[in-house]
Amino acid sequence: MSPSTRASDTDKGVRSTIPSAGRSAWDRLRRRRTAAAGLVVLGMLLASSLAAPLLMGDPDAVDFAAVLQSPSPAHPLGTDQLGRDLLTRVIYGGRISFLIGALAVLLALAAGIPVGVISGYAGGTVDLLVQRGVDLLLAFPGFLLALTLIAVLGVGVTNVVVSVAVAAIPVYVRLVRGATLVIREQTYIEAARALGAGDRAIILRHVLPNCLTPVIVQSTLQLGAAILTAAGLGFLGLGVRPPTPEWGTMLGEGQTYLLSYWFIATFPGLAIFLVVMAFNLVGDGLRDALDPRAGARG
Amino acid sequence: MRAPLGRYVVRRLLYALPTLLGVTLAVFLLVRLIPGDPARLIAGLLASDDEVQRLRVELGLDRPMPEQYARFLASVLAGNFGLSAVTRTPVIEEIGIRMRATLTLAVTSTALAVAAGLSAGVLAAAYHNTAVDYAVMMAALGGVSVPVFWLGIMLMLLFAVHLHWVPAGGSGTPAHLILPAVTLAAFSTAIVARMTRGSLLETLNLDFVRTARAKGIGEGAVIIRHALRNALIPVVTVVGLQFGALLGGAVLTETTFAWPGLGRLLVSAITARDYPVIQGIVIVFAAMFVVVNLVTDLLYVAVDPRIRYG
Repeated sequence: MSPSTRASDTDKGVRSTIPSAGRSAWDRLRRRRTAAAGLVVLGMLLASSLAAPLLMGDPDAVDFAAVLQSPSPAHPLGTDQLGRDLLTRVIYGGRISFLIGALAVLLALAAGIPVGVISGYAGGTVDLLVQRGVDLLLAFPGFLLALTLIAVLGVGVTNVVVSVAVAAIPVYVRLVRGATLVIREQTYIEAARALGAGDRAIILRHVLPNCLTPVIVQSTLQLGAAILTAAGLGFLGLGVRPPTPEWGTMLGEGQTYLLSYWFIATFPGLAIFLVVMAFNLVGDGLRDALDPRAGARG
Repeated sequence: MRAPLGRYVVRRLLYALPTLLGVTLAVFLLVRLIPGDPARLIAGLLASDDEVQRLRVELGLDRPMPEQYARFLASVLAGNFGLSAVTRTPVIEEIGIRMRATLTLAVTSTALAVAAGLSAGVLAAAYHNTAVDYAVMMAALGGVSVPVFWLGIMLMLLFAVHLHWVPAGGSGTPAHLILPAVTLAAFSTAIVARMTRGSLLETLNLDFVRTARAKGIGEGAVIIRHALRNALIPVVTVVGLQFGALLGGAVLTETTFAWPGLGRLLVSAITARDYPVIQGIVIVFAAMFVVVNLVTDLLYVAVDPRIRYG
């Protein structure tokens, strides 16, 4: 979802160029409040998924005496076609989604950061080759790249993680390379080199730490995007295998029963929506808090 | 500056070619990365051993890799993507049949996103820091966060199942297009609205706008006639970039609404492991995206006189 971040980049740049100081301070406050709201929602969802085994019963417990029941005190979100409790499954689904999101982002970081730093630091032919590779990955429109990889690798948690991660790698390579290009020209790098620091030391001690801020901001947004992509694959029946309670997969199965049983597809989708929105709020808030320079650009 | 523009166009065209070549190479290699016998994969699960052997020779799968790629590229350039492993019809024909539905959906959604996103963005900027602005920004946050397939299902529940205003799925009449197009447009609308608002707020701070205001022109005219034209430049780029997200979203939207486009064909091909069809559609999607980005870059130069084509 890099276009969205690009768009809000400018957004932010613009906001702080508004002349009245009072206005922009109010703006920042409001931002922080929405970011806090995102953090609270995220915390609650994360806590409930972590505590799922303590709070809820077996998410796969089939009960043929209670299939397709509407929401009721016994089953607050209703039951599905196999009589499984939807609240239990939605809460357990958070475990899968957070896990896939976190692993995919970590994998993308592990690949994207070194490649981005080397590309930006080395320049020349290395940079040219890496950037053509990135262009190539970016020629496949976002979700389509993950989908194509799933077509080759097959379904399952591991393959979903790998596919979502590979689709996110070009974002990090671009981001880190861009940051490295700027940092490389700073006078403190020149100073370090004059003091006899080698490339390795310069990269590890000066370049990488200074890339950290944009990487953290991007990763927060990327977590939401990764969860969204994984859920999309699940919805198509190309993600995590049933009966694992994954939000996208549950939604896809629920669509079959949509006409008479609206709740099966509605609640897992609402969960995805909330999580992604919370990550977006926190990501935008983090950018404002961590990167005051982002405002000075406009 | 006519001549340099011509040269820029040619250079930009030449620059897109390696990317397209790379796409075909990537797809070629991907399918050969799948564990197992590619001839068996391409022939499909139902093919007999004889058929598989015949296909292996026919496709040159017994030849060295570079030669295989050269043949693959030659046939792709000739518009020959082979036969579907499932239906045995030429892949290019299946793609041709579905292409129209996808293009109709994608173009309608893009038009919707530009119209709605621009209006919302202009409103938000004009009423900066008022309830209007916050409402637009909240809606935009919803637009970038909502899973497109869930939005589709919710709209379907409300407008098709409960209100019976439009059909729930399928195609054929303009009414069938409404829900899928609105669903698919949601994400892009949000992005265009954010970009328009941001770009317009920035432009409104520039000297020439102050001059226009100083001349006593009303704020509405300042925005529409002076600021917006300049603010539109980055919006053009974002619309082009959006097209990629839109194609990805089309796969999900088409599946949600049983819209008979390329995306839905791709999903069923993946489920059936119909690799010739997968190859063909992925190449076509990537090519569409590369071409749209090319057109965007050219438009950008046409719109923005500040850019030198050097």
